[in-house]
Amino acid sequence: MNTSTITTAETSATSLLRFATAGSVDDGKSTLVGRLLHDSKSVLADQLEAVEHASRRRGASAPDLALLTDGLRAEREQGITIDVAYRYFATPRRRFILADTPGHVQYTRNMVTGASTAELAVVLVDARNGVVEQTRRHAAVAALLRVPHVVLAVNKMDLVDYAEPVFAAIAEEFTGYAASLGIPEVTAIPISALAGDNVVTASANMDWYGGPTVLEHLETVPVGADPSADPARFPVQYVIRPQTAEHPDYRGYAGQIASGVLRTGDAVTVLPSGRTSTIVGIDALGQAVDVAWAPQSVTLRLADDLDISRGDLIAPGAQAPATTQDVEATVCHLHDRPLRVGDRVLLKHTTRTVKAIVKDIPSRLTLDDLSQHPAPGELGANDIGRVTVRTAEPLALDAYADSRRTGSFLLIDPADGTTRTAGMAGDSFATPTVEDAARPDEGWDF
Amino acid sequence: MSLLSLTNEGADTPYALSHLDALESEAVHIFREVAGEFERPVILFSGGKDSIVMLHLALKAFAPAPLPFSLLHVDTGHNFPEVLAYRDRTVAEHGLRLHVASVQEFIDDGRLRERPDGTRNPLQTVPLLDAIEKNRFDAVFGGGRRDEEKARAKERVFSLRDEFGGWDPRRQRPELWQLYNGRHSPGEHVRVFPLSNWTELDVWQYIGREKIELPGIYYAHEREVFSRAGMWLAPGEWGGPKEGERVETRLVRYRTVGDMSCTGAVDSDAVTIEQVIEEIAASRLTERGATRADDKLSEAAMEDRKREGYF
Repeated sequence: MNTSTITTAETSATSLLRFATAGSVDDGKSTLVGRLLHDSKSVLADQLEAVEHASRRRGASAPDLALLTDGLRAEREQGITIDVAYRYFATPRRRFILADTPGHVQYTRNMVTGASTAELAVVLVDARNGVVEQTRRHAAVAALLRVPHVVLAVNKMDLVDYAEPVFAAIAEEFTGYAASLGIPEVTAIPISALAGDNVVTASANMDWYGGPTVLEHLETVPVGADPSADPARFPVQYVIRPQTAEHPDYRGYAGQIASGVLRTGDAVTVLPSGRTSTIVGIDALGQAVDVAWAPQSVTLRLADDLDISRGDLIAPGAQAPATTQDVEATVCHLHDRPLRVGDRVLLKHTTRTVKAIVKDIPSRLTLDDLSQHPAPGELGANDIGRVTVRTAEPLALDAYADSRRTGSFLLIDPADGTTRTAGMAGDSFATPTVEDAARPDEGWDF
Repeated sequence: MSLLSLTNEGADTPYALSHLDALESEAVHIFREVAGEFERPVILFSGGKDSIVMLHLALKAFAPAPLPFSLLHVDTGHNFPEVLAYRDRTVAEHGLRLHVASVQEFIDDGRLRERPDGTRNPLQTVPLLDAIEKNRFDAVFGGGRRDEEKARAKERVFSLRDEFGGWDPRRQRPELWQLYNGRHSPGEHVRVFPLSNWTELDVWQYIGREKIELPGIYYAHEREVFSRAGMWLAPGEWGGPKEGERVETRLVRYRTVGDMSCTGAVDSDAVTIEQVIEEIAASRLTERGATRADDKLSEAAMEDRKREGYF
């Protein structure tokens, strides 16, 4: 056990990386997560002691690291992970938020949940099995959710004699598949999570590998895409009007900048009304500033007294998105009750919730081979498909490809409030081509 | 380099945010979502560091307007006097409205029974749910963090509770992007955890950066304590020390602040925030492992309490 204490430098790391792990049942995901947590001193003595006690009570000879992460009674009883859990650790260089997603139960919706906020996804592969269906699913979900960085961790290298050709063949196959999904870049790392090769420390068993360890890569991968590259989007969350003696005329629009950069003096358009004004002030949580950027929470003040309320979107006049009442999107259905054509739903997009109706479900995607099933009629839990939704009011919606924040939405059941479906607006690799749509249903995905 | 450094060393763009700024921005977004979507939200305020940080963030989120929420304190009757004084001072300073739900009242009129071990922490759930029902609160902010405990690691930012206040981990709504679903039926309410993604160290670094005042018991001070089950407990009317437990004066501080009957002090000479941060960073024990007796009751103590409506 690593008993070295944290250095003062470790408390001053300032950047934050959110990442998700994906792996199937026996490919060693828990071991990898356990090792990352353990070797970064995120497992403390009392937690380890509790795991040792619990492992002994269950008759195990060695501490079962899965007990660290399986937080629910039912999970420990059944020895499975039911739900996404979030874990936190730090190194001298960076803070990490890890979405630990279960591998086998309801894998798609869980990975979609974890990947929605992740900037990096680690896809695990067992070196003995190579790229399997589950691997392709994980890559497809990462691509669909547009996770900016993908790491392929080829695990259990100790069981294939640390052979370079085994790793090289898997890396090549995966990279090719990822490229066909539009994933720009894959970092492939040969590891043994159990033995500790290339997870935190470089492996002496694989001197043919010259790249970073998993942790080194997590610490150095660039985070926070340059917001100045994207058009600014500001969903209004709440109108701040103190009406106090001190601030009788203050009227500020509070929100979190979804993308881009905003400056005082910018000419802006308010959607969906289309009215225009100019930013005269930006208050960054109590401090007046001239410039603010995503994802800062700020309050904007405008030159004109417009009728602006929660749900409106403020954007630079020249780069305002078009508004629409016909939303075409790729969705992941999350709920056991299927989504059907004709369903009446609520659509939550940024800070705006509107009534909507499911007009069409043109196709369902089979993740294993990316084949399209035309006109499935409904989407069941964990299904990914294309939908067309008509909304009662216009939405200022971007394509998900352009903005994860203003291109995403939820479909909510108006009767009981459950979250049914997660949506990504615009085209994706799941958009059927003309031939796909015209091809008859051959039933190959059943 | 200072422990409270705000620089973005190694940042990839001039627009990078420090991790504290990112966490602050996310928490403020959560407060504003609730203000925009709920009728009667309330902030659970114990006078502990997490609820103090939560209040600080909420005040920033709506400045220069007054806080659009009231506060709710579940008073176990065994609170540290320094913490109650801090609570009342804070409420007065910011002109806030405070509701108090009292465990003692529930014991006095027979609606609750004192436990044989004297621990009142689990008893808080009943007055809490009573206050939520009576005041028809529909959103209840808690300072819980996912890094505290493995059942909490499974908690959503917006957590729907049924009409009995219960949490069903198998029926949680998936939570994607920053789209929080606060829909609920009459009688149900939503627990909201703006500090979900913060760690103990983040909280302390933020306290240091924002120069937030805390009750003095968070810093090293001389206090009469006695040892029980490996923890330094403060003597008091709650029932300690028992026969054979010897009171001594030690230099201690608290890592968490809760009911006196189950919150232990740790030996410490950290009197400044920098020293506290260094001490936490070097500690081999988690915050709850070091100082909370109630979590040691069983492997699923937190999950079980949360299922019943605990925060």
